[in-house]
Amino acid sequence: MNLSILHAVPLAGQVINLCAAIMLLLGFAMLAQRRILTLINLFMMQGAVLAVSTAIVALTTQQHHLLWSAGLTLILKVILLPYILHRLIRRLSVKWDIETLLNIPTTMLAGIALVVIAFNVAQPISQLSGTIMRATIGIALACVLLAFLMMITRSKAVPQVIAFLAMENGLFFAATSATYGMPMVVELGIALDVLVGMVIFGVFFFQIREQFDSLDIRHMERFKER
Amino acid sequence: MELALVLAVPFVASLLLAIVGHHHIADRLNIVSSLLTLLAAALLTIRVIGEGPMVLFQEQFFVDPLNVFLIALTALVGFTTSVFSRPYMRVEHHHGRLSVPRLRLYHSMFQMFMCTMLVALATNNLGILWVAMEAATLTTVLLVALYRTPASLEAAWKYFILCGVGIAQALFGTILIYFAAERVLGPLGGALLWTHLDVVKMSLEPTVLSLAFVFLIVGYGTKTGLVPLHNWLPDAHAEGPTPVSAVLSGLLLNVALYAVVRCKVLVDGALESHFAGNLMMGFGLLTVTVPAFYLSRQKDIKRLFGFSSIEHMGLITFAFGMGGPVASFAGLLHMTVHSLTKSAIFFAVGHASQMAGTQIIADIKGLLKRSPTIGWGLMLGSLAILGMPPFGVFTSEFMILTTAIKHYPWATPVLLTSLGVAFAAMFGKVQAMAFGDPTVQPLPHNPALLPVFVHLGLVLMLGLWIPPYLAEWYRQAARLIG
Repeated sequence: MNLSILHAVPLAGQVINLCAAIMLLLGFAMLAQRRILTLINLFMMQGAVLAVSTAIVALTTQQHHLLWSAGLTLILKVILLPYILHRLIRRLSVKWDIETLLNIPTTMLAGIALVVIAFNVAQPISQLSGTIMRATIGIALACVLLAFLMMITRSKAVPQVIAFLAMENGLFFAATSATYGMPMVVELGIALDVLVGMVIFGVFFFQIREQFDSLDIRHMERFKER
Repeated sequence: MELALVLAVPFVASLLLAIVGHHHIADRLNIVSSLLTLLAAALLTIRVIGEGPMVLFQEQFFVDPLNVFLIALTALVGFTTSVFSRPYMRVEHHHGRLSVPRLRLYHSMFQMFMCTMLVALATNNLGILWVAMEAATLTTVLLVALYRTPASLEAAWKYFILCGVGIAQALFGTILIYFAAERVLGPLGGALLWTHLDVVKMSLEPTVLSLAFVFLIVGYGTKTGLVPLHNWLPDAHAEGPTPVSAVLSGLLLNVALYAVVRCKVLVDGALESHFAGNLMMGFGLLTVTVPAFYLSRQKDIKRLFGFSSIEHMGLITFAFGMGGPVASFAGLLHMTVHSLTKSAIFFAVGHASQMAGTQIIADIKGLLKRSPTIGWGLMLGSLAILGMPPFGVFTSEFMILTTAIKHYPWATPVLLTSLGVAFAAMFGKVQAMAFGDPTVQPLPHNPALLPVFVHLGLVLMLGLWIPPYLAEWYRQAARLIG
């Protein structure tokens, strides 16, 4: 590490911490958001913040392969996936409100508890890490857990999928904060899986609606009593 | 070279079948490519026996005694399943349950599924392992939803969401391992390559590795069907076409468990305690016990055997958790015999439910009178899976139990009770299906029952006599696992 980078750490570090805080805020916003359209926009914003923070890390630490993954995030999470989702909800004409299973204040409180847990779990890792983003590992884990919470509290198919993608955002953020990102071949593989998964999800939405006349997963209760 | 063939044949076949899968030769093409994969796997095995472990393709792939045995098993069961699926799918088509485009999707995805599993087994890179497991989930989701009935869509959605969440945890675990390894190996040291990690496992940070293992066992454990993450498994087995149930039970669960075991080796090296083993034993014991009590409540024959698969996965996880040469040997043997027996049972069950036109156990009666081969296949297979001597399942269960008595005596009553309850629940149901006045109709196409008896014959042989080179191979793999 040369001197100029050391010099650059404070400001860049602060910007990255700001990005991390925005990521967490967006995580909570998604948890509480009832409208599908806004949910997609929030997801897109989270992707954009992720891409920006990855790019800043890449520039300040001279980790040039991170620029590629920032670009990958930008293309996949900010452009491609939101585009597919927008198209899907237009064609399915599901811009209605979402109801959550738990009421929103309870969900938010559970979310705060998860953030506390995430920070505790991440503490030993943060202490070991040598990256300039080490303080954000806890936030990354918190984003993953918030997305997880969102997934189990939602009953409609599209929000569940957005939660799934948000979880992937959190994991990606964790990889960047702890280790300056995974090897490129792995990141490409993950991106491919997410994309293919999204396409299959899209096909499924139509099949589910055709069979159940709704995208509400609660209509699928046949197996529950067994 | 052999490995390239093993991976390339199913991949090319999948693309080819995606194009010509609607043609009537598609099912034969499926069999031929599975046979070629099997031959390539056999050549690979011979070479590894002769030359020892090898690292290939810029260290991204490697073959050692542990994974070459699973590659061979996967290729074998893949081949026999493709032989079974030809008449099975013809009958489904004849009954009007599957259209021609669906058959094309089935054949193409079957080969792609084989390809992803073989990549997962052969890769040296923990990241690629994750990618391949996720790809295996995606292909099997399409296969489970093949009939497009409400029930199958529901099962596939549940499978997709649960395994998606699970495998996301595994990715976090992989990131943590990479993080711990990068501090030792440096950014260019191949910190995700298992062979490199294995060398430096002693100096990896213990706290990070133990945290990573918790995420990994939850993640890959979801895919193995460990309780309490097993909910997707019975539904996916019941609602997909039977060849898919056979490969899910016989192969996919094994591969997911293989991923856990690979990571356990690293964690054991770093921790010098029995943390990973204890965690696996706990999950294993829970997974043996809970499904045993669900078995008697099952009304659907494929769900019944799905729950039985969960139970056996628990037993194998428990065996690897105990560790040591005997228990690991028994775990590997149980993996082999379970996957052979369970796929044989699913072959028989598939034809039985086609003859009855239903999967409800109470409506399938008198299999022995209408078709003795299917009836006996199901009967013998069930006896084998329930652990009756002289079948191989008895041998491995006996070894697991004796090791448990020696080192963890408190676990023995739990294991024995669960196995007893499972026996009582399953045997009665299968007996009622085999005997009695027939309610079943003959099939419009001749079933291919050779795979059933080949599998059961192999299981019988493993119960009576394990060939010395195979035993040596298991011993080497068990030593690797520790």
